[in-house]
Amino acid sequence: MRVSLFATCLVDTMTPSVGMATGRLLQRLGQDVVVPPTQACCGQMHVNTGYRREAVGIVANHVRAFEGAEAIVAPSGSCVASIHHQQAAVARRAGDEALAQAAEELAGRTYELSQFLVDVLGVTDVGAYYPHRVTYHPTCHSLRLLEVGDRPLQLLRAVRGLELVELPGAEQCCGFGGTFAVKNADTSTAMLTDKMANVLSTHAEVCTAGDASCLMHIGGGLSRLRAGTRTVHLAEILASTEEAVTPQQTTTPSVPA
Amino acid sequence: MTATVPPKAPVFLGLPTAPRGVGHLRGTESFPDAARHELRNGQLRANLGHATATIRGKRAGVVAEVPDWEQLRAAGKAIKAATMARLDEHLVSLERQVTARGGTVHWARDANEANAIVTALVQATGTTEVVKVKSMATQEIGLNEALEAVGLDVFETDLAELIVQLGEDSPSHILVPAIHKNRAEIKEIFARTIPGVDPELTDDPRQLAMAARTHLRERFLRARVAVSGANFAVAETGTLSVVESEGNGRMCLTLPQTLITVMGIEKVVPTWTDLEVFLQLLPRSSTGERMNPYTSTWAGVTPGDGPQEFHLVLLDNGRTAVLADEVGREALHCIRCSACLNVCPVYERTGGHAYGSVYPGPIGAILSPQLTGVEDNASLPYASSLCGACYEVCPVAIDIPSILVHLRAEHVEAQQKPTAEALAFRSLARAMSHPWLWHLVQRGARLGRLIARGKPTLPSVFPPPISGWTRSRDLPTPPTRTFVQQWTEEHGK
Repeated sequence: MRVSLFATCLVDTMTPSVGMATGRLLQRLGQDVVVPPTQACCGQMHVNTGYRREAVGIVANHVRAFEGAEAIVAPSGSCVASIHHQQAAVARRAGDEALAQAAEELAGRTYELSQFLVDVLGVTDVGAYYPHRVTYHPTCHSLRLLEVGDRPLQLLRAVRGLELVELPGAEQCCGFGGTFAVKNADTSTAMLTDKMANVLSTHAEVCTAGDASCLMHIGGGLSRLRAGTRTVHLAEILASTEEAVTPQQTTTPSVPA
Repeated sequence: MTATVPPKAPVFLGLPTAPRGVGHLRGTESFPDAARHELRNGQLRANLGHATATIRGKRAGVVAEVPDWEQLRAAGKAIKAATMARLDEHLVSLERQVTARGGTVHWARDANEANAIVTALVQATGTTEVVKVKSMATQEIGLNEALEAVGLDVFETDLAELIVQLGEDSPSHILVPAIHKNRAEIKEIFARTIPGVDPELTDDPRQLAMAARTHLRERFLRARVAVSGANFAVAETGTLSVVESEGNGRMCLTLPQTLITVMGIEKVVPTWTDLEVFLQLLPRSSTGERMNPYTSTWAGVTPGDGPQEFHLVLLDNGRTAVLADEVGREALHCIRCSACLNVCPVYERTGGHAYGSVYPGPIGAILSPQLTGVEDNASLPYASSLCGACYEVCPVAIDIPSILVHLRAEHVEAQQKPTAEALAFRSLARAMSHPWLWHLVQRGARLGRLIARGKPTLPSVFPPPISGWTRSRDLPTPPTRTFVQQWTEEHGK
C-alpha cells in the first residue's frame, strides 16, 4: 500500500526521530512510504486555543498536502483525532463546505499508527526487538476520542525482549493539554507530578505512548527531575530490531528495582 | 430646512446574562491564580484525592452493572434536547398544571428578581426562620445572603451543606459541598459551632451524623417555611421532584406550612415517564447508588397533607442566553450528578473553590461562563486539559470538551483589540497555511540550538508564556534538521 506519512508539526520540528521510526517501520512492513513535503499541521492547537477561524487555512494546507493519498498514517492519537473530529467542523463553521467535505473524505483514510498496524495491516508482531522494561501511558485522545483500546499493548506484548509493566492510574491525563500546559502551568504541573510518581513507581526504564506531545511533557518533567526514566514513542520501540537499535537505547535501569 | 434623521436600526444587545453583584457565579480571581493557591493545600489535595477516587470507583461499579447504560444515556440526551427545543411550551404547561393543583408560579428573570420574590413570600408568612433543602439554584442566586440581609435565619439541612454553613465556608462540589473537608475537620467545626453539642464528640462518622441530626431535628419541627430547589419538574402533571439521600429534604418538603421551590427553567421534563430515564441515570452517576434513597414528588397542595401553600419560582438568570447558543446549549442538559467533577484530573487537584462559582469542575467550566457571559468568566473554558473523561461519564452525554473549545473561541472572537497571543497565533496560522513560510518558521526554531549551547535541553531562561512550561519541565533542544528534510535527504522527493 502507498502510505502517506503525516509526521505532525511537533514531530517534524522537534522530534524527527519519531517520524523516521514511523517511516522505517512501515517500510519494513512492506509499505510504500511517501512523505508529502508540503505538510505542516492539523490545526488542533489553534482550534483548541480558540483560534478556529485561523485554523481554516491550516486545514486547507493539510488537505492540499495529502490530496489523493491512499492512506495517511500519523504517529499521534491527538492529531488524528483532530483530523477526525475537528477539521471538517472548523471548515463548515467558516462556510467552506467544499473544504469540509474534502477534510471529511481525507479523515476517512487517516489512521493513528497502532490502528493502522492492527486494523489495516492486521499485524501485532511487527518483528521488533527492544530489551527494556517499559510502561505504557494511554494518551487521552487515543483512549477516548479514537478508542484505540489495547492495540498499542498488543503491539508492545509482541516485541521481543520487552518487559511490559502496568502503569498505575494509567488513564489519568498527564496534564499536557496543549496550551493548557502553559496557561494553567501550576495545575498542569500538579497533574504531571502525579503521572511521574506513577511512572517512577513502575521502575520502568522507558515510558512510552502514541503521542510525541504528551511524551515531551512527561519526558520534560522527568528530565527536569534528573530521573533516569526516558520517554520513547511507540513508533521508536516498534522500529527497533536486533540489527538496528535506536541510538537512545541503553540498558541501565533508571530506578533500581 | 431640517433633514429628517433616519431612525436608527435597532441593535440586538444579546439576551440578558446573570447580573453582577449578586449570587455566586463569579470568582474574585482567575482560575490559574485561584488554582495556584489551592494546589499548595496538601490537606485539600489528600481529602479530594481520597473522596473522588472512592466515588469514581463506586460509580464505575454500578454503571457497569447496567447492560443498556449507553441506550439510557442516549435516551437522556434525546429527552433533554427535545425538551429544550420547545422549552417555552413546556414551561407554560408546567405553570398551568401547578396552578390548577393549588400552587403559585412566579417567573424570575434573574437572581435579583428571584431573591426579591422569595424574600417577600417568606416575610408574608411572618416567620423568622427558614429551613432549606440543598439546592444549586438558590446557591447560584445567593438566596441565603438575601434572606439574612432582611434578618431571617436560614438553616441548611443537608449534612454537607450544614458543614459548609457552620464553617462559614463555601461549597466546593455540586453533590458533596464539603468534599474538601475530612472527618477531623468536620468534628472541629461541629464542636465549635453547634450549641450544646456533646463535648465528647469524636470524628466517628456516625457520631458526627447524630450530632447534626439532633441539631437539625429541632429546626425541622418548628419550621414554618421551607425553601427547596428541584431536580425535575414534569410539565404534563405539574409534579416537582427532589432527589436526596438523607431524608432532610423529605422533612423540609412535608413538615412546614409553606414550601417555596426555586428551579432553573431547564429542569422541566415533558412527561412523567421521562423521569424513568433520569431516575436510573442520576443515582448511579452521582452517589454511585443503584436507586436513590429519598425521591420526593409533589404537585401543588393537598388539603390536610403537607405544605398548604406552595410557590414555584422559575429562574432564568442567563439560561435563555445559553439556550440561544446552538453549541453551548447542551450545558442546560446537565442533571447535576457531578460525575464529571469526580473524574476530572483538574478538579481532583484544585478542588471546587478555584472555579469561583457554585458550579465547579468541567460542567461549571462550560455553564458558569455561559450564564454570566464568557468575558466575566473568561479563564474557565481554559481550565481543562481536554482529556475527555467528563464526556465519557456524563449520563446525558454532554460533549463538554467541544463546548469548552467553542467557548474559548467565543472569548477569542470577543476581543476588540488584538492581544499578543492572538498576533502570535495568527502569524503561526499563516505560516502553517503556506509550506514555504512554515519551513522558514521551522528553521527559526533551530535558533534554539544557539541558546542550548550543545546541551540536550534548553535552559529555563525564557520569558512568559514559555516560562510557564520551562519552570517545571525541560524543553528539548531543537534538532538540526526537520523530519521532512531528513526523510527527503534519505529517500529523495
